[in-house]
Amino acid sequence: MAKVLLEMNSITKTFPGVKALDNVNLKVEEGEIHALVGENGAGKSTLMNVLSGIYPYGSYTGDIIYDGEVCMFHNIKDSEKKGIVIIHQELALIPYMTIGENMFLGNEQGSKWCIDWNKTYAEADKYLEMVGLTDSSKTLIKDIGTGKQQLVEIAKALAKHAKLLILDEPTSSLNETDSRALLDLMKKLKGEGMTMIIISHKLNEVSYVADKITVVRDGSTIETLDAATDDISETRIIKGMVGREITDRFPKRHDIVLGDVMMEVNDWTVYHPEFSERKVCDNVSINVRAGEVVGIYGLMGAGRTELAMSIFGRSYGIGISGELRLRGEPVTLRSPKAAIDAGLAYVTEDRKGNGLVLSNSILRNTTLANLNGVSSGTFIDKDKEYEVAKEYVEKLRTKTPSVEQLVGNLSGGNQQKVLLAKWMFANPDVLILDEPTRGIDVGAKYEIYCIINDLAKAGKSVIMISSELPEVIGMSDRIYIMNQAKIVGEMNASEATQENIMACIVGVSGDNSADGEGSEA
Amino acid sequence: MGGNKALNFLRKYMMLIATVIVVIAFYFITDGRTLLPINIDSLISQNAYVFVLGTGMLLCILTGGNIDLSVGSVVCLAGSVGAIIMDTVVLGHKIPWPFAVAVMLLMGLLVGIWHGFWIAYIKVPPFIATLVGMLAFRGLANIILKGKDVSIENKAFMNLFGGSDSCYIPDFPTLSKAGNMVKSYTGVYTSNIDEITGLYQQGKLTDAQFAQVKEVLGGLNVVCMAFAIALAVALILYTFINRARLIKKGYKVENIAAVIIKTAIIAVVIIWFGYKLASYKGIPTAFIWIALILALFAYITTKTTLGRNLYAVGGNEKATRLSGIDTRKVMFSAYALMGVLAGFASILVIARGQKAGPTIGTGFEMDAIAACFIGGASAYGGTGSIGGVIIGAALMGIINQGMSIADTPVNYQKVVKGIVLIVAVLFDVLMQMRRKGGKKRAANVEASEKGGAKA
Repeated sequence: MAKVLLEMNSITKTFPGVKALDNVNLKVEEGEIHALVGENGAGKSTLMNVLSGIYPYGSYTGDIIYDGEVCMFHNIKDSEKKGIVIIHQELALIPYMTIGENMFLGNEQGSKWCIDWNKTYAEADKYLEMVGLTDSSKTLIKDIGTGKQQLVEIAKALAKHAKLLILDEPTSSLNETDSRALLDLMKKLKGEGMTMIIISHKLNEVSYVADKITVVRDGSTIETLDAATDDISETRIIKGMVGREITDRFPKRHDIVLGDVMMEVNDWTVYHPEFSERKVCDNVSINVRAGEVVGIYGLMGAGRTELAMSIFGRSYGIGISGELRLRGEPVTLRSPKAAIDAGLAYVTEDRKGNGLVLSNSILRNTTLANLNGVSSGTFIDKDKEYEVAKEYVEKLRTKTPSVEQLVGNLSGGNQQKVLLAKWMFANPDVLILDEPTRGIDVGAKYEIYCIINDLAKAGKSVIMISSELPEVIGMSDRIYIMNQAKIVGEMNASEATQENIMACIVGVSGDNSADGEGSEA
Repeated sequence: MGGNKALNFLRKYMMLIATVIVVIAFYFITDGRTLLPINIDSLISQNAYVFVLGTGMLLCILTGGNIDLSVGSVVCLAGSVGAIIMDTVVLGHKIPWPFAVAVMLLMGLLVGIWHGFWIAYIKVPPFIATLVGMLAFRGLANIILKGKDVSIENKAFMNLFGGSDSCYIPDFPTLSKAGNMVKSYTGVYTSNIDEITGLYQQGKLTDAQFAQVKEVLGGLNVVCMAFAIALAVALILYTFINRARLIKKGYKVENIAAVIIKTAIIAVVIIWFGYKLASYKGIPTAFIWIALILALFAYITTKTTLGRNLYAVGGNEKATRLSGIDTRKVMFSAYALMGVLAGFASILVIARGQKAGPTIGTGFEMDAIAACFIGGASAYGGTGSIGGVIIGAALMGIINQGMSIADTPVNYQKVVKGIVLIVAVLFDVLMQMRRKGGKKRAANVEASEKGGAKA
């Protein structure tokens, strides 16, 4: 039996009004990869914040025993001194600084009054090599893709002499190739004796990489599964997370009635707004019928979001050419407003950045895309607006005390529902949903799927962009597969399997790793 | 939860409570002089421009913490042009004041359009675009003025916009009563104190009669008092009728006790305020103007699509643009309106000062910005209200005046104002940190991202 490196005993942490952690126990052995899984808001991140000293000693009860001694961390510096380094979900790198500068930010090499840049870059290169990154440490962060940025974060952690590495959703913004590379790097580091804790929503990755899996639910640890002895299939983990077995992850639709072709895109070509010679959509043709759910599957950087946004009133890209037909008529949509008026809606993948006004209430967000629906053009009918917001909160079962609640205070799943409500209220004929279930928990996902099905049933055309294969296959009537700016396959859901979809992608290009990465920045 | 509720209450009414404390403190420090009717009156007249400019500034700040540095210079430029127009003789007559007023508003609008164009459509950072305005418009004003003051002699203009001694809403009942008294004594109808004094000196009025008339004229201003009472009654009626309506529709409403207490306090304050003004000369015309402006913009910010868009742009510009809203137009509107309001402020300022001069408006932008931030507007945009501006401007004005009455040297006053600003903002920041608790880190990341995006 290996040595126990970290033991967290009966940790309890309360926020005003909420018990975020209730008597949590966690035991991590040296040299293992320990996964923490649980629905959003289950308390995983809170637990890691307690561990890393973001919530200082005294603000919680219980003991942290690390490397044989009881620890009282008052801030991150304390825990880092002990070799506990946390890598947060949102990358904390500064775009206009070099890799080396970022790596040693707050930990500058040389003396206090004079930074030794030669040493900085030499050291940086050393750690970059350890994580398998070949770029020079003098490259600016903004010039490398998110996959590489995540590796830089790990190198940065290594440079702090980490002994226990905590990765909070490390693959949430990576495509599958980069994700796999990262997971393999974790395995390699484990081989070199590193202990790691990974928080992830992606259960297949957890199954792939973890030695032990601890399930957190409603602020308590439910169980710890050992990869060596227990069943760690996705179904088994989900059962622990939600406390019930989800037999059917995707709600079935019955009596599918397909109408006429609602939207048709032909020979759609879009260029990158900054690198104007690069095509982000190359001769793409797709169509969607009324009452149909069309999936677009592709890895990140394949051009899916770019396609959607360029269709939606040219809100992305330059040099857009091609034909767009709505209800058979060719149209030109030059702005999001024109697109909305024409009956299009684009539900962004980036709900915090592009979707919601976090500092505004649910009410205000719900009506933002269709203020005319609650006003006479200039004057807002507040009563009507209230009714509308309330109606959608009830319809989508958004969990909130009132419609006046600020959207920033809601959980990811509920934010997504508000975003959907906003676009549903705009009453479009064609909804383009870009990664509608990203970063939300299993229960909320199911509810979102039901909403999508209801929309289709009501005769709307739904285009669902996703990089989760089971989701695309489970939800769509028809699937387009996109890779490297091109549509590389189209199939009916009935004939789609994970294997033949991946085959479409691999069939076109064998080496999408290098190119694919750069295109994401 | 009890503690949380108290904290929320404190957060919501913090600056209001602070204002009350400051008022009470100065009352004792100055032996009650700050609350003399004359001082209440001058508090409004002196700070009228802060309310007007603060309103405009709020619009800019809402769009993302953007400020307009040029307003002081715009006040100077528009005011100078207005004063010169009123001073110019054409065909033997001075140009009438309405023309000057129109030109001043128009100039404000043009400046606003100028700024809005650069900021919204060419994407010049607002700080720089308005810094340019601050320098250039001050320079232009000096060129036009040739470095000299231009005084204003038009009585009608000054009465209407808050300069001179009689810039008050006339108290018709009292005046007619006095007039009739004079008529019954002398046969001449007049309520003008100068003319009455003349009659007295001519011996047409006895000592007793003269004293009687003077007493009537110096009594409580009936119009002002009636206005205050009407306002209080209207407020009470509105509150309860609206509440009944909301209950009928099944909305959540505030606890009845809280509503009664709140309404009662506000009504008492209105009547007290009215009484104070009535004991002096009545309602200053400037007060009417700022009340109109504040009411108009409170309406715009809360009940119109333009107002909604201002908040949305400040909260998340990208999301707003993708919601089909022309964010450039929103930005442009904010600066255009700011310009008009600066033009309007210039009218009040030259009327009050009875002149235009090269240094008029210096530092006004800072007063306006401070009023917004003290009133709880976020430096990142997206939050803030007209109510906040009122409290912010009032608090600054009260502190200014209190310290002047207490004979605090001017330079110390500035230091105190600075401290008030940091305390107001600090309190807000601390409260937010506490409220967010676990989300602190996320907020930091967001803030740094914001910084990154701006850089």
